[in-house]
Amino acid sequence: MSLQLIPPDINVDFVGKRYFFVALSTLINLAAIVLLLTVGLNYGVDFAGGSVVQIKFDKPTTGDQIRKALAGLGLGEIAVQDFGTKSQNQFLIRFEKVRNIGSIGTRIEGALNDAYGSTNQAHVLRVETVGAKVGHDLRVDGFLAVAVATVFMGVYIAWQFARISWSFGAGAVIALIHDVLVVSGALVLSRFEFDLTTLAALLTVIGYSVHDTIIVSDRIREDAAKRRREPLESIMNRAINETLSRTILTSGTALTVLVALLALGGPILRPAAFTLFVGIITGTYSSIYIAAPVVLFWERGQRIKGAAARAA
Amino acid sequence: MEGATQNPITIVTLLALAGVFLWLHFTGGSGKLRLWLAGALVVAALVLLLPSLQLNLPGWLQPLNSLPKIQLGLDLQGGTHLLLEVKLEDAVKTSLRRRGDDIQREAKDNKLTPPQISQNADGSLLIKLVRPAEASAFQDLMSRAFSDLTLAPAPNQPGAYVAKFTPPEAAQVRSNAMDQALETIRNRIDQLGVRETTVAREGDNDILVQLPGIQDPERAKELIGKTAVLQFKLLDDKHSVSDALRQGPPPGDEILYGPPQAGGPTPYLVESPVLMTGDVVTDARVREGGRIEGPYVEVRLNRRGTEIFAALTSQNVGRNLAIVLDNTVYSAPVIKEPIPGGDVQITGNFSFEEAHNLAIVLRSGSLPAPVEIIEERTVGPSLGRDSIRQGELSFVVGAIAVLAFMAIYYNGAGLLADFGLILNILLLICVMAALQATLTLPGIAGIVLTLGMSVDANVLVNERMREELRAGKSPREAVKIGYERAWSAIRDSNISTFVAGLILFQFGTGPVKGFAVTLCVGVLTGVFSCFVATRAWYDWKISVRRLSTISV
Repeated sequence: MSLQLIPPDINVDFVGKRYFFVALSTLINLAAIVLLLTVGLNYGVDFAGGSVVQIKFDKPTTGDQIRKALAGLGLGEIAVQDFGTKSQNQFLIRFEKVRNIGSIGTRIEGALNDAYGSTNQAHVLRVETVGAKVGHDLRVDGFLAVAVATVFMGVYIAWQFARISWSFGAGAVIALIHDVLVVSGALVLSRFEFDLTTLAALLTVIGYSVHDTIIVSDRIREDAAKRRREPLESIMNRAINETLSRTILTSGTALTVLVALLALGGPILRPAAFTLFVGIITGTYSSIYIAAPVVLFWERGQRIKGAAARAA
Repeated sequence: MEGATQNPITIVTLLALAGVFLWLHFTGGSGKLRLWLAGALVVAALVLLLPSLQLNLPGWLQPLNSLPKIQLGLDLQGGTHLLLEVKLEDAVKTSLRRRGDDIQREAKDNKLTPPQISQNADGSLLIKLVRPAEASAFQDLMSRAFSDLTLAPAPNQPGAYVAKFTPPEAAQVRSNAMDQALETIRNRIDQLGVRETTVAREGDNDILVQLPGIQDPERAKELIGKTAVLQFKLLDDKHSVSDALRQGPPPGDEILYGPPQAGGPTPYLVESPVLMTGDVVTDARVREGGRIEGPYVEVRLNRRGTEIFAALTSQNVGRNLAIVLDNTVYSAPVIKEPIPGGDVQITGNFSFEEAHNLAIVLRSGSLPAPVEIIEERTVGPSLGRDSIRQGELSFVVGAIAVLAFMAIYYNGAGLLADFGLILNILLLICVMAALQATLTLPGIAGIVLTLGMSVDANVLVNERMREELRAGKSPREAVKIGYERAWSAIRDSNISTFVAGLILFQFGTGPVKGFAVTLCVGVLTGVFSCFVATRAWYDWKISVRRLSTISV
């Protein structure tokens, strides 16, 4: 007998608890919006503009010493943070607008080596400088691309599921917006930098969210075509239970891989791995507790309207 | 990617094998044949990927090295990425100023008094007629000889006109300037001797420069940024520099400075007219020079340049000729005698490297407008290697975990799914190499998503087969229903992902594009490997009537 994590005859009443979970999700989403508007994402240089320079020292040093050594360069406010593990002696130096961005790497290396002398050499590993205009363009382009892609996915899903209900497209899009908000809120709280790699991870979350919603909705579509008399609510519950084993397995394996990425992927990949980790959890959750209820609420509204029309 | 070999073999081989496979799949062809084809695809993919592994291939395999390799993005292999903005409005202004000189010359040739011409802040020309009586003759001349300019009476200034380019002409000037800037920067980059560089136009007025694996990014930036406008002007020997510094330069003169040095740069009072520009330079070389003057640059002029230079030196013997590069006076030697030969020496206390850079920019021509670096990303080669190593490690650990889990949980069907996954990864990388697409960190995110989706495709099919077996269906029916019922979900999910990929590619920039490419390719190879190819195994088993049990 092969392994079986979820008993085949499982029957959890998912849909019956929808009011509670929709209310909970709405609260979490509102909190995420408040966080985004008040605290805001910790934009990396990709989107905020400015420079970030990654430095490796031969021997340990402190952020204060680095700041002191760079004071003469006139870089304005400098933020210095540790990068990676302590033993690597790596630091990220970040500052806002600089003039003459071409030569910043050598200027910093020169200033540090003047201050520290030959006993503790500094090596510039990475320089990223993004002009304010480019940062703004990247933000606008990225947002536009995601928005248009979302609309097209919604239209495609609505069309493919139209036989059961036009609202599946809306359900998938609302679930997707829910997931983006939850992940953004988690990013605000974690203070991970939001840069292009994080954006790519967010795009991946969007892809996964829609994929997961389609898988669950597909089973609803199939069951609804077979059992025309059964109320939609119980069809949904049945479909969600039938796909539960697959849902747990797929998101479980994905989360396992992400744990590997979080642990071994190094500091550059960590924000992306975190984004994906939160995104897979919320993406799986929203297919069940957001996308399906949206369809139910919509259908109930239609039925009431239909009944009103018949009564008139 | 420039310089990379375009080799159609990879893509043709893969498409042919996959095409036959799909045809057999949909026409219900032999499962056995399809299994062989799947094996052939694995072998083909492995062979095509050999060059990307950069092993030392034995002699008889050397021809394989001409196959396309995977291109790693700068975030993975290290290098410099620059986005340059070309100040095109400056090119339009420069061009208008030249037209202003043309107007004066043309007026003189037509027996009119040359008008006074100055340039407004927005670049348009303010033309003041010296004799108002010539107004109609001047307007006539303008409409006849300068149809690329629009002429309007200047507000509140009788007898004065404002001239600027017609919109199509201005667009033409911008487009020419952009082409020239691209060409010039490409020439300069070529002289750096870095392999597989990219110099490409991006948007309306930006240029993207990518220098993989470059050791000295500072030098590249210095070379790219130099406008390198070379001009020859005469020093004014009638007025003193110190008076001009105090009271402003006399009309027709300007103050320019020498290169930075201790105690401040030397000021020079030069006459504004440009006697000759750098566009007549055909070659520039570094010469050793003596101990005192140091290395200098010897510039060779073309025939027209030689003539102009001979004339200007013979007319101005005894005066100082200022050699001005990007508005800096490098030297102002006395013209001792007419120089008919066409060789000019530019001295100026250069270090050898400065002289070398100067020679490069003079050879590659001047930029039509200044450029500004608006984005820079430099990743040291060691850091790029670190990201690859850490990424690889976590990828391998994650992949092994997934493969092992599938095999344990689904037994035989799990092993089949593992085969599908491995085929998927191989094909994906192969197609990426064949398309010469660049693999970046966001691209890897796209790969991870499509891999997740193809694992899910197998989970869907296998769960469905278990379900049908539990409901008492025969293994044969369970396979058929499992694949059929899973298809609608897999189709819809993959199509919507593919559509999203296309849109992200269309609207997104750089990294978002990289994500979109791997997403689209991964969807295609994923559906093929994990859905179409694994089905062949069951069809073969059914065809030999051995499918009494399935291990799922």
